[in-house]
Amino acid sequence: MKRYIARRLMQGAILLCMVATIVFFLGRLTGNPVDLMLPEDATPEDRTALIQTLGLDGPILDQFAIFVGKAVHGDLGMSIRMKQPAVEAFFDRLPNTLVLIPWAILLGMMLGIPLGVVAALNRGGMLDRAAGTVAVLGVAMPSFWLGVLLIFVFSVELGWLPSGRMGGPSHYVLPVITLGTFLVAGFMRITRSAMLEVMESEFVKLARIKGLSEAVVIWKHCLRNALIPVLTLWGVFVGNLITGAIVTETVFAWPGIGRLTYEAVIYRDFPLLQAVIILKSILILSINLGVDILYAYVDPRIRLA
Amino acid sequence: MALAERPHSTDAVARRLSLWRLVWPARVPGGFRRTARVPWIPIAIISVIVVMALFAPLLAPYSPIDQTLRDKLLPPAWMAGGSDKYFLGTDAFGRDILSRLIYGARVSLIVALLALTAGGGIGLVVGIVSGYVGGAVDSVLMRLVDAAFTFPAILFALLLAVTMGQGLGTLVIAISLLLWASFARVIRGEVLSLRQRDFVALARVRGCSAPRIMLTHILPNVLNTFMVLVTLNIGVVIIAEATLSFLGAGIPPPTPTWGLMISEGRGRIADAWWVALIPGIAITLMVLSVNLFGDWLRDRLDPRLRQL
Amino acid sequence: MTVETVLEVRDLHTHFFLRRGVVKAVDGVSFSLRRGEVLGLVGESGCGKSLTALSLMRLLPKGGARTIKGEVRLGGENILECTPAEMREIRGRRISMVLQDPQTSLNPVFTVGDQLREAIQRRKRAPRAAVMEEAVAALRRVEIAAPEQRIGQYPHQMSGGMKQRVVGAIAISGEPGVLIADEPTTALDVTIQLQYLKLLKRLQAETGMAILFITHDFGVVGRMCDRVAVMYAGRIVECGPVRQIFEAPQHPYTRALIASVPKMTGPVGRLATIEGQPPSLMDLPAGCRFASRCALVEQRCLDVYPGTVRVGEEHTADCWKAASS
Repeated sequence: MKRYIARRLMQGAILLCMVATIVFFLGRLTGNPVDLMLPEDATPEDRTALIQTLGLDGPILDQFAIFVGKAVHGDLGMSIRMKQPAVEAFFDRLPNTLVLIPWAILLGMMLGIPLGVVAALNRGGMLDRAAGTVAVLGVAMPSFWLGVLLIFVFSVELGWLPSGRMGGPSHYVLPVITLGTFLVAGFMRITRSAMLEVMESEFVKLARIKGLSEAVVIWKHCLRNALIPVLTLWGVFVGNLITGAIVTETVFAWPGIGRLTYEAVIYRDFPLLQAVIILKSILILSINLGVDILYAYVDPRIRLA
Repeated sequence: MALAERPHSTDAVARRLSLWRLVWPARVPGGFRRTARVPWIPIAIISVIVVMALFAPLLAPYSPIDQTLRDKLLPPAWMAGGSDKYFLGTDAFGRDILSRLIYGARVSLIVALLALTAGGGIGLVVGIVSGYVGGAVDSVLMRLVDAAFTFPAILFALLLAVTMGQGLGTLVIAISLLLWASFARVIRGEVLSLRQRDFVALARVRGCSAPRIMLTHILPNVLNTFMVLVTLNIGVVIIAEATLSFLGAGIPPPTPTWGLMISEGRGRIADAWWVALIPGIAITLMVLSVNLFGDWLRDRLDPRLRQL
Repeated sequence: MTVETVLEVRDLHTHFFLRRGVVKAVDGVSFSLRRGEVLGLVGESGCGKSLTALSLMRLLPKGGARTIKGEVRLGGENILECTPAEMREIRGRRISMVLQDPQTSLNPVFTVGDQLREAIQRRKRAPRAAVMEEAVAALRRVEIAAPEQRIGQYPHQMSGGMKQRVVGAIAISGEPGVLIADEPTTALDVTIQLQYLKLLKRLQAETGMAILFITHDFGVVGRMCDRVAVMYAGRIVECGPVRQIFEAPQHPYTRALIASVPKMTGPVGRLATIEGQPPSLMDLPAGCRFASRCALVEQRCLDVYPGTVRVGEEHTADCWKAASS
């Protein structure tokens, strides 16, 4: 188990290095990155000064070394627009996103997994078809448009819920639905197909031979096994959530790291965007590591290997 | 005496399964639709959109770019205050939404075509090489694929848009990055099983070179799968393009794209819902149609891909 | 003989209803099982043995299988008429089953102890410690070494033979009167097979349960069973005490099966095989189902099903040529 975690940590570190390298060299793609790091009205003096402080007049590999050296110490440059260290800006906004995401995951699991089980039990029936429609629609609707639609229906027309910004519990409803919809569809699809496969297996037959009740057979014996493939898709879900958060927070003016990403893009704030991408990568990798450990807990064949 | 004895068979449809299936239960669980009828409605919708894109200059009643400020924010023709001149209304600059929608289809389809060719092509090559050559090449390439799955490609797409500037080229590269890994993974799996087949062994015995075998024996056999993947990913590309446009990292204005139209309209959602909601309906319909069509094609050509 | 009959199956029909037609997989099966005996159910794969067993458990596979006719009397009560809830009470406690493949019959994500405990708790509610103690005892009974350690292990940490012992322990932990063993040793190594058969025999002697032993191997029948029923194309074609069946098989199919078992004594010759294929269960002939492969076939065999002929005190055969007594 320890070795398993250690290996995962190593892989994560390598991936992180790859991301940092790609980000660094992409910044150099269009010439000197100072042009990306300076506001448009900067003077030539500003430019030279920045080149020197960043050590950008040396060979590219030296520059890379400087970049890595600073990054290790938590310095990923200054945000142009916010005039504050990019890392700081990220951590100022992070809590706002972290209060949103768990609810979306909860919505996805609480709705998606039971729906998947029910759809599998009713295979081919009305419920299954209804669930299938939800899944197909959930995938086809771009989530930013879903957010706009929800605002139109529930804020503009019905006036039930606020259309954006952070606030009391009612402010969470629409962003959580927007962010969670694709999770509901995703969890449901996988749970359903995993359940269909598990329900055919011999150990389920043996559980019935023992005379266990249908509820125990389905919700304990089948679901626990069906959750294994569900968990493997977590990595993909986490990535989707990060993307989803950008869009959702943009639509609902939610001051989290997603909105920060959007701002970095539209204001062409390269140092900020660079920091956001690297920090988000760390976030994704940590969550994936957590999921891997959870995965090992659910599947003893991995835990004890 | 008829005994109602089906305590655990909740599966009414499965009665129609073949005997072969009973003897050898399918490992691959079925999709939501079991009977594959030709999806005429999706095909019709796709055709309409393709025609729109191809003949945009002929079909669009107005220029998609020219502004007529005196006609701004007119509602669709059927609503109170709507004008017969603008069937779907106008946006904040007085541009005809129908015309912009028609030209927007063009952008969506061009991006889909280019990104699927580039991203799908890379995935195809990586998948074939990885699967056929195996060994260290395979493990390095597959690690890359895993990495690509872990990181949201949208982030790199945004980075590209900032560093390289917005434009069609950037967009296509960004979306190709999103696609290649899933293509590579599926194609590799396919190649791994093809490699075991007799005709490949035979070709090797005959002294065919590895590139030749990959080109003449492996490639034609994965084309079905490739086509299914392409179809199933059209929706992914359209959504990605719209999302990037929405985030200000797509094709720059004033070129009309569906995502940009939503982005421009969402600020006026309170007084002019049609500007933001109509393009979204177009995206949803298009993606729904290509996905349903893709599902059908997959069931016809390559049912094993159902597990995706 | 006045030994109590614990299970009586009469005229059981279980068919698959498919779009292309009806597959008559079990088509009029009758037999009885007495307390403390082992009845072998022998036949080629696909003859309906396993489906007969699943019909008795009322755990038919999904996909249109239904028992449409017949009676299954377990201690006098026709369990085909029970509600699903009543049936659940019966399973594990009065009739139980060991499945063919130990690799897949245990749930991979729960410990052996957990899975055993569930079965024991069906019989009685007791504190966890007491149940665990009983689980250890159950493992010891199926001759698993160091049961205290094994109880906390997962199936993937055990060998196939050991898993099948655990499955056995689970199956009998409810102290059922009838145990169905569906080819329990087919998936095991040859050396382990024999041990497992001995174990089953011993457990049966201890508990007095009746075993319906399903196999395709006549060699195993001789070792395990008191009586044997030979099944062909959905029906039992011959049934009788093992000794009689071996010494004087009446049905040509039984004879062919016995001839195909390699003998320990005598010259090593070519093993007999049966030519041809069994008839399609979707399109059964009017006459004897074995007629198309039988060397002794006559016109009446093709026209009319022979019906069950008594050939000895407990010996019956479905053949025109059987020497009736």
